[in-house]
This record gives sequence, C-alpha cells and structure tokens, in this order.
Amino acid sequence: MSTNSFLGVFAKSPLKPIEDHIDLVDQCTQLLAVFFTHVYQSEWTRAEEVQQQISQLEKQADKVKRELRTNLPTGLFMPIQRQDILALITQQDKLANKAKDISGRIIGRQLQIPESLQESFNAYLLRCLDASSQAKNVINELDELLEAGFKGREVDLVERMIAQLDEIEDETDSMQINMRSSLMKMESGMNPVDVMFLYNIIELVGGLADTAERVGARLELMLAG
Amino acid sequence: MEIINDYGFILIVVAAVVGFLMAWGVGANDVANAMGTSVGSKALTIKQAVFIAMVFEFAGAYLAGGEVTSTIRKGIIDTSFFIDSPELLVFGMISALFSAGIWLAVASYLGWPVSTTHSIIGAIVGFAAVGVGSESVEWAKVGGIVGSWVVTPAISGFIAFLIFMSAQRLIFDTDNPFRNAKRYVPFYMAFAGFVMSLVTITKGLKHVGLHFTTFEACIISIIIAAIVSVIGRMYINRLKFDESLDRSMHFTNVEKVFAILMIVTACCMAFAHGSNDVANAIGPLAAVVSVVNSQGEITAKASLDWWILPLGALGIVSGLALFGHRVIRTIGNGITHLTPSRGFAAELAAASTVVLASGTGLPISTTQTLVGAVLGVGMARGIAALNLGVVRNIVISWVVTLPAGAALSIVFFFMLKGIFAS
Repeated sequence: MSTNSFLGVFAKSPLKPIEDHIDLVDQCTQLLAVFFTHVYQSEWTRAEEVQQQISQLEKQADKVKRELRTNLPTGLFMPIQRQDILALITQQDKLANKAKDISGRIIGRQLQIPESLQESFNAYLLRCLDASSQAKNVINELDELLEAGFKGREVDLVERMIAQLDEIEDETDSMQINMRSSLMKMESGMNPVDVMFLYNIIELVGGLADTAERVGARLELMLAG
Repeated sequence: MEIINDYGFILIVVAAVVGFLMAWGVGANDVANAMGTSVGSKALTIKQAVFIAMVFEFAGAYLAGGEVTSTIRKGIIDTSFFIDSPELLVFGMISALFSAGIWLAVASYLGWPVSTTHSIIGAIVGFAAVGVGSESVEWAKVGGIVGSWVVTPAISGFIAFLIFMSAQRLIFDTDNPFRNAKRYVPFYMAFAGFVMSLVTITKGLKHVGLHFTTFEACIISIIIAAIVSVIGRMYINRLKFDESLDRSMHFTNVEKVFAILMIVTACCMAFAHGSNDVANAIGPLAAVVSVVNSQGEITAKASLDWWILPLGALGIVSGLALFGHRVIRTIGNGITHLTPSRGFAAELAAASTVVLASGTGLPISTTQTLVGAVLGVGMARGIAALNLGVVRNIVISWVVTLPAGAALSIVFFFMLKGIFAS
C-alpha cells in the first residue's frame, strides 16, 4: 500500500551526504594542528594516537563518499549536475587523503621540524587549515542554496565566501615561498634526506589549501552551470 | 424493461455497495497522495492530516463533486443507444465499478501507483465499446478527457513553477526573507481560499439550493479569501521565532511561516481531491440510480439523487478514518529535503488545477496533477533530487490502467448480463 503513492518521485537528497562528508573531512584535517603540537615536542606516542584518529576519520569520509556514489544513479533530476556532485566529493575526499598522507609521513620517519622553523611552520599550517574550514563553510551553504533555488543573493554570498577562500590560498602560497627560503638557508647543516622530506611536507601542507580552493572552485562551477 | 422493474432495488443496492467501497478505497489509498506532501514536509502531524482530510474531503466531495459526477454518469457514453435496453447501462455501470475496484486492489497490492480516474474511465469506455458498440462511446468527449490528462499536469507544473518563482522573488531572494515571508504568505493563503470558494460557490452550492450570479460569487469568494488571510496572519504572528538564528539560518524561520501556509494548501488539496475523485466512485452509481428510478427511461435531464454525493463523501471519510492513519504514516517517513516552501508551491498549483478542472467537469487524476506540479518546482531548481525512473513508472502504470480497466469491465459486463438476463 505504501508504494502505491507518487511520493516515490522524491529521491534521497545528495546534498546532505556532501555536507556530512566535508564535515568529516574538516574534522580530519583540523586534527593536524593537534598532531603537529605533539610533533614539535617529539611526543611520538601521542602523535601516533592522533595519526590513528586522522586515519579513522579519513576512512569514515571514504565510506560516506562511497555511499553517495552508490546512491546517485543516473535518471535523477537535480538542480545541480550529477557529474559536478561526483567531482565535488572526489575533490573533498582528497583533502582528507592529504591530511592522512602528511601525518603518515611524519610518523613514518619521526621527522622533526627544526625548532627555528616551528613558529612559521605552524602559522603556515594553521592558515592552510583555515582554507579547509572555509571550504567546509562554503559547502555547508548548499542547504541554503537549495532553499534559494540556486540563484540571487544566496549565490552572491557563496561567491564572496569562495573569493575569501581564494585569498586564504593566495596567502598560503606566499607563506610557502618564505618557508622554503628559510629552509634553504639552514639546509646545509642538516641531514639531506630529512631536508628532502621537509620540502615534501611543506608542499603537502600547501596542497591542503590548494585542494580546499579546488573544492570551492567546483562549487562555483556548479553555480554557473 | 422487466429486469429493471424486477431487480431494480437489488441493482441499486449492489451499485451503492460497490460505489461505497470504491469511495472507501479512494479515501483509504488516494489520500496518501493528497496529504503526503504536507506530512512529508513535516508541516502537519499525521493526526492533523487525517482530520483535515476528513473535513475537507467531505466538503469537496459534497459541495464540488457534482460536476465531475455528471460527466462520468452521462458524458462518456451516448445514452441514446441504451433507450431500448436500459438494463445494459445498469449492468455496464456496475461492472465498471467492479472492475475499477478490483484493478485498484490488485494495483495497490503490487504497489503500482495507478489512478482511480483512469481505471473508471477505461472501464466505462470498455463495456460501452465492446458490450454495446463503439458508436455508443462519445469518443470526442473521451478524447477530451484523455487529452486533459496530458494538459493538466503541464498546466499545474507551469503554475507550480510560477508560484515557486514568485515566492523566491518576493521572499527568499531579499534582504530580510523572514519579514517578507510574514508579509506575503497571507496573500498565498488568500489565493488558495479564493480558488476553493469560487469553485464551491459557482459549482457546488446549486444542489444545496443556493444560487449566485458570477459577480456575487466573486465578491463572496474575495471576502472568504480575505478572512482566510486574516486568520492566517493571526496564526503567523502568534508563532514564536528563534530570533537568535543568524542571517544564514534565516530560512529556518521562513520555513516555519510556510508550514502554516501548508495547512491551508493541505485543506485545499483535500478539498480538490474530494471534489474530483468522489465521482469515480459514485458517478456510475448515479447513472444506475437514475435509470432505475425512472423505470428504465433514460432521461438526459435527470438530476442527481440527493443521497448519492453524501454517500460518496461518507465512503471517502470512512476509508480515511480506518486506513488513512497507516497509509500516511508509511509515506511520511520516506521523504527527505522537502521543505514547506516547496510542498506549498506544488500543492497549491495542483489543488487549483484540480479544483478548476472539477468545476468544468473534467475527471482528471489528482496524483498526475501533483506529479506535474512537483516537476514544475524541480524545474525551478527547488528540489534536491527527483527520481525520473519513478515518474516513468507512474506514467506507464497510468497508460496500462486504461486497457486493464476496460478488459475487466467487459468481463464483468457479460457476466452480469448472463446472470440477470437469462
């Protein structure tokens, strides 16, 4: 009796899982701040615990991503394109992967951040995490965008938020350049392999902001299309 | 002739019982479609939905159901072919009721979203075309009715699109959506009240014994619309809003205003559903009664017996009272992301389309109109995801219903003929 109803035309909304996903992803990346405070102090067991949490959250996000993909058959009529939704969640997922990657590499080598670099590195890291939480804020506007029929003031608001995200990413770019040149000045007195890895970590952390920016760019494309 | 004189009373009782059961089925099953949007968007609790449905389905069936009933009674087949053998019309109408009822039961069991209207029209056309002769069917009328099944969803989709866009323009895309919601929502209520009362007054009050000119009807409707909007405004002002929600959460408060509006549109929807769908159950009954009462004389002018509309209305309400609760509960759970502002646009568009169609006597499908309206809101990028596969299945089941209803009614027709005529 229950299926004898037209209400079957209402399919499960893909917006909620996208928002759930970015929330998990952001929780995951924000843990990097805690993770690095332990790294600076060389508290490796604690750092490893946080790394486990990061990896757990990454797995949960993966699960949400897979569920969304399997629940998004063709033949759905949506205000945004199916391909855009799939591309967006792929991009979001990369953010969590990067966080897992960074923490994994540090733990793997018990890589120390040189004390003189710690302060600027931490500022750089936090700014990149800002980009991640801004991406989360942008994605959480999807509900409101739907309410507003994906047009008008709400779109302007989201576009302004995306512009802010771009600015944050720009900032992290110049911070990254500074980090590299500071590292270059001290690299002669360090273990060359550690130096290689440090350059690598700096790049990966910058990748967080890059990926966050791409999440915003994806949403912007959706709004344009 | 003798058959009607001998078995007249039995035939009426049989038709009345089957008609009542059909009405009962309409109430128990179809109401899910009429009320589902309101319950799904959490604007109404199940209890409220059942209560509203009972009151307004009855009102719609009783006050505005006459026009469609007369179409089904005498608009689809040319009764002049039955003058020599009026019993065939009686048998035919009873078999139409039987076949539509059984088809609906089977479809419900299998979970197909079929239309009551389609099954009864298919059944009537079926017995007339095969049992009597294809020239006895008013094909032009039937063509018009089937055409309306294509046109009405399109119209209601278009209206839903316009209503939704207007709500976006006036309320959502403004600096203060909440204040504008409080300002403009009463106008939508007035519109709903106007459409409902206009159709009731011009079409429904005739058999209650009241007559108004078009001008008077308009004035009265405007007055009723104004009253509805004033009461609505009172309720909106009484609502307590969480002012602490910041700008980005403004829409939460806005939706609360729309939830009140949805109570009005839910009434409208129940009324519309009652006015259109009661005829599916009692139209054939009315035909049987008028033939038997005039001792087999088929008079074109025979009016509707006083007890027929209330019987249909009661059937719907009792179906609702017994099963409405369960049916509405099962559907209310499944829907996500249908906020009152979308549900209202779809309901108001569908209800106005159905009510207007009822006024012109067109037996259209309420569900079909709602699907059209929902797609209209979807076109305006208002709904997160619509399942086009389900829409396709619904359309297929509608198309299948016509021949199915026809075939069943042909079988019953020859059976009844065999039982009574031999």
